[in-house]
Amino acid sequence: MNDLTRQSAAVLADAIASKEVTAVEVAQAHLDRIAAVDGKVHAFLHVTTDSALEQARAVDAKVAAGTPLGALAGVPLGLKDVLAMKGEPTTAGSRILEGWRPPYDSTVVARLRAADIVILGKTNMDEFAMGSSTEHSAYGPTHNPWDLDRIPGGSGGGSAAALAAFEAPLAIGTDTGGSIRQPASVTGTVGVKPTYGGVSRYGQIALASSLDQPGPCARSVLDTALLHAAIAGHDPRDSTSINAAVPDVVAAAKKADVRGMRIGVVTELMGEGYQSGVSQRYSESLDILRELGAEIVEVSCPHFEYALGAYYLILPSEASSNLARFDGMRYGLRAGDDGKNSVEQVMAITREAGFGPEVKRRIMLGTYALSSGYYDAYYGQAQKVRTLITRDFNAAFEKADVLVSPTAPTTAFKLGEKLDDPLAMYLNDVATIPVNLAGIGAMSLPIGLAPEDGLPVGMQIMAPAMADDRLYLAGGALEAALIDKWGHLLIEEAPSL
Amino acid sequence: MTSITRPEVAHLARLARLDLAPEELDHYAEQLDVILQSVARISEVAADDIPPMSHPIPMVNVFRDDVVTPGITREEALGAAPAAEDDRFRVPRILDEE
Repeated sequence: MNDLTRQSAAVLADAIASKEVTAVEVAQAHLDRIAAVDGKVHAFLHVTTDSALEQARAVDAKVAAGTPLGALAGVPLGLKDVLAMKGEPTTAGSRILEGWRPPYDSTVVARLRAADIVILGKTNMDEFAMGSSTEHSAYGPTHNPWDLDRIPGGSGGGSAAALAAFEAPLAIGTDTGGSIRQPASVTGTVGVKPTYGGVSRYGQIALASSLDQPGPCARSVLDTALLHAAIAGHDPRDSTSINAAVPDVVAAAKKADVRGMRIGVVTELMGEGYQSGVSQRYSESLDILRELGAEIVEVSCPHFEYALGAYYLILPSEASSNLARFDGMRYGLRAGDDGKNSVEQVMAITREAGFGPEVKRRIMLGTYALSSGYYDAYYGQAQKVRTLITRDFNAAFEKADVLVSPTAPTTAFKLGEKLDDPLAMYLNDVATIPVNLAGIGAMSLPIGLAPEDGLPVGMQIMAPAMADDRLYLAGGALEAALIDKWGHLLIEEAPSL
Repeated sequence: MTSITRPEVAHLARLARLDLAPEELDHYAEQLDVILQSVARISEVAADDIPPMSHPIPMVNVFRDDVVTPGITREEALGAAPAAEDDRFRVPRILDEE
């Protein structure tokens, strides 16, 4: 088999199961690729070489013994550093967790192990998943493999860049306001934010508990579906986990058919504020979907313009509460414990030393929004807007089976460009945030390069709650049509590094 | 909505247990003001008759059966502690000793 790092997860799993290659060869090829290019990309915070090779050897032993294999046996994966993995560093991109090794596996990791997936390491991210560029990582930014001077998106920029740099065929992300979809968009990869409650949050370091959702990332729609199926499903350890059957996303990705499907174009998520090349590729993709037999309809979601405002009250409020656990008492950093300082002083000194500027900014904002006298004016009002946005979605899904928009208003911007302007950074998530507020599922998939800068553009597909299979039905059909047009996946055009 | 003052920022920092430097207080006072003014627009549409939504999926009181299951051990729980003593987390003084 040719270069193992250029293969899809589906092909690798078949080749390992049929003894065409060994899982150790596949893991080693990816570890070698990481060693060769990650100095430039910085997708990984920690490479788990020993445990990866150990997992790969275990898969090869199963193959040799004829023991039943997990769904993606031997396929390598990059794990966002926000998910606990027993005995391996888990920092969430923060200094406050530097050196922490969790004593337990998150449910996502447990399911990856059950699928015999080989975890290569922990991928870079904005600190506690707060950001759209990975520049808020305490360990330095990740660089976009398409142009090393540009952002790979965020917060899950490490996972997306690992895919685009061919360091791993699969990755796990988490999406609170677009942290799976926007990185996928700017790196020419695929990412899905499942319906809230579709994938367990147990062992995910919480940012905003009512918005957070782990999900699959890959280079193709089918690979994304295979990973989605491996990690989804009810988990008694997450009280918000949905206790119902997971939609058959793999069958949908294979069926890949939009004939007769009503596809709703959200008029509020296009036009002004969207880069011309983004709008152009988006419009061409709508034409392709129409040619494939879909019915394109216009839908209006008038309250989406308030989504960003509601999000930047709800998220900081929940985050300020969730991050109260980092107090330097039971795990993580402790600073200022000189025997004289009080426990309250030690907590304040520890948190000042351990948190970066964006995290402190959002903790302060959330503390304000929840504080006495302001709760009703800010947090309470934001929760009402959340209701209005959900009603907009419900009305739109009366007219359409799925909704679409560009995933992000622009292609990848330059590193440093928006770092000192939080509001400009927040605007990058304008099209992805409504989905999290309503708790529905959405996909981003690559639809071409913007003519003006040659960088990837993504389309977002949104489906009603618990209908994640529709994302794959539509995404798979569009991807197949684009492969027909280009002769290959868009990611094949990424620089070789 | 009112703009946020430096003493208010200092008060918030204390509530949030953040030992901010004086220049950080100035910086955040300015930035929080800008952010709050931009998000305040939501009150245009958040009318009294709209019910608040705290969570995407309506669920109440999800319980598991009251059965003992294995958890992490004491050694594992204390393994990452900044300081431990006598099988407990050692913390800075909480009460004045005098």
